[in-house]
Amino acid sequence: MTRLLYFASLRALAGKSEESLELGGETTVRALGERIGKTSPKLGEMILGKKVMVSVNQDVATLDTPVRDGDEVAFLPPFSGGAI
Amino acid sequence: MALNPEQINRYSRHLLLPEVGVEGQEQICNARVLVIGTGGLGSPIGLYLAAAGVGTLGFIDFDVVDLSNLQRQVMHGESTVGHLKVDSAKNRIADINSSIEVVTYNERLTAANAMDIFKDYDIIIDGTDNFPTRYLTNDACVLLGKPLVYGSILRFEGQVSVFDAARGPCYRCLYPEPPPPGLVPNCAEGGVLGVLCATVGSLQATEALKLILGKGDTLIGRFMLFDALGMKFREMKLRKDENCPICGDNPTISELVDYEQFCGIVPHEESPEDSALEIDAQLVKDKLEGGNGFRLIDVREPSEYQICKIEGATLIPLGLIQEKNPAHLEGITKNDEIVVHCKAGVRSLKAAKALKEMGFTNVKSMRGGIEEWSDRIDPSVPKY
Ligand SMILES: [Zn+2]
Repeated sequence: MTRLLYFASLRALAGKSEESLELGGETTVRALGERIGKTSPKLGEMILGKKVMVSVNQDVATLDTPVRDGDEVAFLPPFSGGAI
Repeated sequence: MALNPEQINRYSRHLLLPEVGVEGQEQICNARVLVIGTGGLGSPIGLYLAAAGVGTLGFIDFDVVDLSNLQRQVMHGESTVGHLKVDSAKNRIADINSSIEVVTYNERLTAANAMDIFKDYDIIIDGTDNFPTRYLTNDACVLLGKPLVYGSILRFEGQVSVFDAARGPCYRCLYPEPPPPGLVPNCAEGGVLGVLCATVGSLQATEALKLILGKGDTLIGRFMLFDALGMKFREMKLRKDENCPICGDNPTISELVDYEQFCGIVPHEESPEDSALEIDAQLVKDKLEGGNGFRLIDVREPSEYQICKIEGATLIPLGLIQEKNPAHLEGITKNDEIVVHCKAGVRSLKAAKALKEMGFTNVKSMRGGIEEWSDRIDPSVPKY
């Protein structure tokens, strides 16, 4: 099982704050993004378009970073807030 | 510059810390720090750095203090509503620590002035509320080789890091490109727990002091996430992106660019198509009184609808309309005469366009939103 965590506005896009996926072997962040895109097209697009930061086991990842069973993958959108 | 007796007394709790001591306090007193924005984050950052004795504090902000700021912008108060934020900050800080120099810039940070302003400071602290300024700040810091203490907040969550391209990644290594406009809400749209500003802003001030002192482990190469609802801190390890367009191996950005354009923000110019879609609030009032087949749709968020509403309006948030699923549209039909409204008229214009694309023919967007309604039609509707 791979644990996926969604932060901030991505929770609304994913419709949940976390989920567990059965990967069935090693994959990549890119393949994961494509898979997520099937149920949440906007979210998939943002992941593949590098609009969100992705970490695998709390280490920042690229689209080519491998993802294995037992990994924790987090998706973090940019925040605009501060002054307002 | 040696500490005088008054300073020794004032900073004694710092002097007692071996990691600070007299030498460290002198470094703080000689430091020059620029705070971008004197809002939610800039307030605690400015107040604590002033109290800590940072010798020169710069503040850049072009805004005026509004009553709705006081829920979190603790730099300002009821007595300074309507005043320039930088003046309000300067006065407040003069009361906390009159021995430091406060430099104010009552202007918008732009590609034209950023380098010139930043060059006089050792550390830049990000307290901005928008992506163009965030990318501009990052790029100017990378080009000048200055460390940037980054912080950002939304709703109940915050982010903090330190970007120093000489020693680690920059903001663009994380987010090479800005999100499409409208996808990420800002605090005005999304709301923010006021005290979250203190959590995140004080972390930023802490990092700035550590950078000045050269002590401890800073957040260079690390990204802190704070979730106030879950009361959890998380940390991510960051890496410099060798393909980063500004701090990578083969940078393509060597000077500041047009950040509004880069972030896909087109200057607000009324296009003839937009104007044709708009309707005046007075006409909407007449139609509401006329009844039959007319539907007023409020496209704001449910929390906004609870604050105030126009009597007779049906709530369908913009996000729902943009999903373009007719089943979620509260039974409006393509033949209805529809007027959509929001807070200020921007979201409703998007909603009107989305409805047109779905085949609704008779759709208009109320110009100026519920704010204009409050101004001209019904002052009992509060502004927020
Ligand atoms: Zn970079």
